[in-house]
Amino acid sequence: MAALLGSALKAGRFARAGVRLFCTNNAATPKITTHWSVLPRDKDSRWSDVDMERVSDEVDVCIVGAGPAGLSAAIRLKQLAQQQDKELRVLVLEKATEVGLHTLSGACLEPHALDELIPDWKDRGAPMHTPVTEDRFNLLTEKYKIPLPILPGLPMHNSGNYVVRLGNFVRWLGEQAEELEVEVYPGCPVTEVLYHEDGSVKGVATSDVGIGKDGAPKDSFERGMEFHSKVVIFAEGCHGHLAKQLYKNLDLRKNCEPQTYAIGLKELWEVDPAQHKPGKVEHTVGWPLDRMTYGGSFIYHLGEGEPLVAVGYVLGLDYSNPYISPFKEFQRWKHHPAVKPTFEGGKRIAYGARALNEGGFQSIPQLAFPGGCLIGCSPGFMNVPKIKGTHNAMKSGMICAEAIFDKLTDENLQSETQGVFVDDYEQRMKDSWVWKEIKSVRNVRPSFHSPLGLYGTLLYTGVFYYLFRGKEPWTFSHGGADYKRLKPASECTPIEYPKPDNKISFDLLSSVALSGTNHEGDQPAHLTLMNDEVPVNQNLGIYDGPEQRFCPAGVYEYVPMEDGKTMRLQINAQNCVHCKTCDIKDPSQNINWVTPEAGGGPAYNGM
Amino acid sequence: MWPIFDYGRFVSIISSSDVYGVVWMRSLAQLHKMANLRVLVGVKRVIDYAVKIRVKPDNSGVVTDGVKHSMNPFCEIAMEEAVRLKEKKLAKEIIAVSCGPAQAQETIRTALAMGADRGIHVEVTGKSIDGDNNQTGQMTAALLDWPQATFASEVTKENDHLKVVREIDGGLETVKVTLPAVITADLRLNEPRYATLPNIMKAKKKKIAKHKAADFGVDLTPTLEVVGVEDPPVRQAGQKVESTEELVAKLKDSGVV
Repeated sequence: MAALLGSALKAGRFARAGVRLFCTNNAATPKITTHWSVLPRDKDSRWSDVDMERVSDEVDVCIVGAGPAGLSAAIRLKQLAQQQDKELRVLVLEKATEVGLHTLSGACLEPHALDELIPDWKDRGAPMHTPVTEDRFNLLTEKYKIPLPILPGLPMHNSGNYVVRLGNFVRWLGEQAEELEVEVYPGCPVTEVLYHEDGSVKGVATSDVGIGKDGAPKDSFERGMEFHSKVVIFAEGCHGHLAKQLYKNLDLRKNCEPQTYAIGLKELWEVDPAQHKPGKVEHTVGWPLDRMTYGGSFIYHLGEGEPLVAVGYVLGLDYSNPYISPFKEFQRWKHHPAVKPTFEGGKRIAYGARALNEGGFQSIPQLAFPGGCLIGCSPGFMNVPKIKGTHNAMKSGMICAEAIFDKLTDENLQSETQGVFVDDYEQRMKDSWVWKEIKSVRNVRPSFHSPLGLYGTLLYTGVFYYLFRGKEPWTFSHGGADYKRLKPASECTPIEYPKPDNKISFDLLSSVALSGTNHEGDQPAHLTLMNDEVPVNQNLGIYDGPEQRFCPAGVYEYVPMEDGKTMRLQINAQNCVHCKTCDIKDPSQNINWVTPEAGGGPAYNGM
Repeated sequence: MWPIFDYGRFVSIISSSDVYGVVWMRSLAQLHKMANLRVLVGVKRVIDYAVKIRVKPDNSGVVTDGVKHSMNPFCEIAMEEAVRLKEKKLAKEIIAVSCGPAQAQETIRTALAMGADRGIHVEVTGKSIDGDNNQTGQMTAALLDWPQATFASEVTKENDHLKVVREIDGGLETVKVTLPAVITADLRLNEPRYATLPNIMKAKKKKIAKHKAADFGVDLTPTLEVVGVEDPPVRQAGQKVESTEELVAKLKDSGVV
């Protein structure tokens, strides 16, 4: 059944991703999905009198996503335009209502790309106040910790890097962009990619507003806006929903492996000043995960005045036991005797989560296509053993900007398609330090998929990476997409997680409250299901509803129906923190995350 | 006192918390029965209502740095009412005003995108959140010596008057106010429209006049000092009882009864 769905979905062409194929509405299954991306409005009688015309505007380059990559690209384009005295209208569309509001990362920033983009960042007040002073890597057993040496040359060596609050850094980048007259429009989620007749990308359209929960138009309904541009840069971050459509419609992944991911959960703590060591960076692997489940933690001490510590847990989404709850693993990890003292007497002030990509070199898709380019964590340049991707994301944005600028200012440009094909962007990436870097670490993450599990990876990094720096002639495969790795619940053992103590560990709902997330209630759920019947039949029936456990915001709940016997899926879309994990890990690939109405999402403050 | 004024008759609509959704309307009733009102709407930038408020470690206030802010929802409602008056051709011009730090201009821009024609920003430094004081409308009416109709859930124009339905504890009360007057907006007055992107882009061209409080001869020296801000007490776990007798016994034991 899932295979049939899968192949039927792959058969779509330029059709919008996710046109409903099964229209059965079994009386037993209540209707869940009302979003227009699954139930097209041109077939819906409630929409027959509504004017669906959109206002449109022309720009030179349109960038989707105001993250490190998108803003770096915007800044670079304007720098070049200024240097060479050319006019270029650059627009950045961001779904969060303020730049930086949806940004979440550890983060330990390597300033390599920033030094190239804005060399005088210090004078300009970039919020990089905490150089790394101490670096620790520990292997945890249930009671003890075993320090592992971080020799210079190993990827996780952090000298020269900074502990930052990435949300604040992105906000500062946004200010730099606006100074250069980039037009940044926060609060404008992009819902659609527009195409010319020749199949090249024409532009994008922003979200409509004023659609009710039942999918019908409200009095306040207004159509989104269209932006037409010569090139659209897609910088949506990990697992962008527009990128997902592009991969399918334009077959951009035919020569690469499927992307693999992890989920990262993060908290910000105000700790007891006695525990606070500004500049200290610590990573752990091992407990509470078994050697076959990839994951680990980070603890970064910020040095910006207050005794703040950023702490988080990353769990590879290639895990096979559907009973795993990344959130609960994070919470119980904090109780480890080597970890707990840092947080005793402290106060948790923020929480959030985001998926991150781990596929690296093997999973890079085609980066440019007629009318568009992909940058940043969207195609995915994260250096997994280094646990850093921001510098690569920024650099990819800069390289893309340079390629686009040269193309657009070329007077002899003869484009075959209306949307410009920036064909040398990909080659420039291959010639850059980003490519060298992610190629050199390409075998570390997949080395996990051996019976040695975690120890295989540690050994591989310590021996092969340290000695050969990635020059070994072989390339391991990741072995397939994450969503295929779940084993049926019947083959796995449930996990007994300890109850939270509400001092160090907490329950899910109070954590979600700290993310500040909210969505206007009267709108179609933006977590759309291709088929409303699949969750109970497949996800619950075979895998015991893993989405109840891997969602870090409590969006998915299986609740009994009135008869007390059958279950139904309840989607609490208001809780969503836009992490994209469900879209990635759903074993039926039935969940399609789309952007909610403008204004929704988390309210991270310097995460 | 109040800047600008010789504006004849006014109505001010304000939100029922301390935020100001001040709407002043100017009537040129001599020429037309249809008034051409100029409406002034106060809009305030406050911490977004969905964000969890955090008290500063020194208890001097709440954390506002980097926290998500939005236009106070009641100000959106007041703004919406003003725009509807303009659409009904009862109002001629809408002016959005905000007293606050530099970022208050973003809030004014949102008001401009909703339909205000121009904005006024009075730069006032210092903290600004919704203190839920429910005093701005009432104080404005007193200072201007105008009648007031607070907690409005419906506003209609009848000749020279405004008929306002107010939500009060006991139900609904209908009052008639002569212009100028002060009205404060309640939640059910209307459902505000979205500030859509085309309007946001058009709003960039609308003017925002910048002023300082001193320009109006207003002295901002505080007459109130905030001594401390604390989290509300943590809710204690409740107790379950099996019967009414047990409940009464427990209440007696704790001295409540």
